[in-house]
Amino acid sequence: MTESAGPLTALIRSWIVSRVDSAALAWVDDRTRAVKSGDKKLLFIAFGLVPRKVGKADLALTESEREAAESVRSGWNPSQWSLDQLVRTYFVLNFPVQDVDAYVKTLDLMFSTGEVGELVALYQVLPLLPNPSAHVLRAAEGIRNNIKAVFCAVAQNNPFPSEQFSDDQWNQLILKCLFIGVSLRSVVGVDERANAPLMSMLVDFAHERRAAHRPIPAELWRCVGPYADDRALDDLRITLTSNSPAGQQAAALALSVSPHPLAKSILAAAPDLAAAINAGEFSWRTVAAAEQAL
Amino acid sequence: MLYIDPHIHMVSRTTDDYEALVASGVKAIIEPAFWQGQPRTQIGSYQDYFASLVGWERFRAAQFGIRHYCTMGLNSKEANNEALAEQVMDLLPLFLTKEGVVAVGEIGYDDQTPTEDKFFRLQLELAKEVDLPVLIHTPHRNKKQGTYRSMDVIEEHGIPPHMVVIDHNNEETYREVLDRGYWCAFTIYPGTKMGNERMVDILKVAGPERVIVDSSADWGKSDVLAVPKTAKLAAERGVPREHIELVCYKNALKAYSQSGQFTESDWLNPPAIDQRNLFEGNSVLRGGQSPQIDSANEANIIR
Repeated sequence: MTESAGPLTALIRSWIVSRVDSAALAWVDDRTRAVKSGDKKLLFIAFGLVPRKVGKADLALTESEREAAESVRSGWNPSQWSLDQLVRTYFVLNFPVQDVDAYVKTLDLMFSTGEVGELVALYQVLPLLPNPSAHVLRAAEGIRNNIKAVFCAVAQNNPFPSEQFSDDQWNQLILKCLFIGVSLRSVVGVDERANAPLMSMLVDFAHERRAAHRPIPAELWRCVGPYADDRALDDLRITLTSNSPAGQQAAALALSVSPHPLAKSILAAAPDLAAAINAGEFSWRTVAAAEQAL
Repeated sequence: MLYIDPHIHMVSRTTDDYEALVASGVKAIIEPAFWQGQPRTQIGSYQDYFASLVGWERFRAAQFGIRHYCTMGLNSKEANNEALAEQVMDLLPLFLTKEGVVAVGEIGYDDQTPTEDKFFRLQLELAKEVDLPVLIHTPHRNKKQGTYRSMDVIEEHGIPPHMVVIDHNNEETYREVLDRGYWCAFTIYPGTKMGNERMVDILKVAGPERVIVDSSADWGKSDVLAVPKTAKLAAERGVPREHIELVCYKNALKAYSQSGQFTESDWLNPPAIDQRNLFEGNSVLRGGQSPQIDSANEANIIR
């Protein structure tokens, strides 16, 4: 497993080298050797000390660095990371995996004693670890976490859930995003993992929001469109003529991908929106941006 | 004026209290690890408690725009369960180097038993090892002797007084604490510790140097606004503004900044990553609510 982490850790180290001074780099390299010994305590201490040794500047990856990330690990996008998160990742990846159960236990201890910044860093590491199936329960636990930054470390810019989660786990992720106001824009695999039970849960959620006189997040309809049933179509029809421009656009986008035989005729009632979709004038990206701006 | 409450137990407090702190100008708080009103019986209870001080509670405070720090330690009362205390000592090194941990504390004496003494000394050595300040809880009973004894033991272990905050002082203890060079904290806590009128009288005599005011608000009848209320009372009664700033903000900042984990820019100009992760302002996680400003006749409506 350490072999498979080779190109990844080399890439991460090159990013560190170009962003820290020589004293900090010497510390990172020295502690990396210590972490490689497999002594848990040395990992815990080094991991904890990272922010005070290297700071918390934004990583601000260049375009070519982002491409390099994608090429060593498809779907991996650390462009929102900070330097301390990167170095913490580097230490975790350098800790040797001898026995998977023992390795998971070591990580469990780090998770159960972690402060907010450490938890974010740890959850972001999950897609980079060997033996992904050993970390599914941990990632699902991250979705239950009530600290928004920790939740987002699993839900956003992270390919792990879409690759590893069961439908039930995935559906909780999407529902919670919408529930706490986290945009689906940065959720990896949001369209690929759409499914009928999720569609049904989202329509129920939309009805709850309407009953409570609370706004319905427009991005909700993104995961409804491909599996929309009769009940969902009624909601899309209502939303298409609602007074929310983001809602109208979202309903139109959802209808445009729906295989339901009635979808086309409902969308035809809003010819301007249908034409705008064909002209590429709006997308789920612009719907999300409009909602965030509210 | 900006305030710091350097001793407050927020795990026992409500969101109303956080809102009141913000409205009163409190920018940063320190939550010392302490007992929770009933003794813990399992090491896991400590682990989860310590984890919540650097995790959930820190985040909860940030949602209201307050920067939350903590101290880590085995309190003197629970130190008397020796078998459990030994396990806590094994756990502490894992937490002392966490971000936002500004001291070892609150430690010291409760009944002043030999067991308390043992774990007090072990933790003083730990503080030296990790180079953190120490927060001392002075006992409720036999207070004067317990306070002096705490300082004797600290000196025996070679920890300089500028690295130590002695808390819960009163009229009978503060002179010796100041004379020996320690940070001298007063807890404004109705009934059992200091009242703020007495505090103002002491400030007029002792001056502001190395004096710190805190609330120690917890699960008992206490007041989260003890620091701003004391500042206002002191101003009304003629204490100079710069003295009030020292005892209600600057001295705590200076004492705990010795940890390297407590700087003014954390709350005045936080790094971008902290703004994303730890400064949600008014955003409330549950249900994506937006901040509410109630008009007077809508105050009883809950949406």
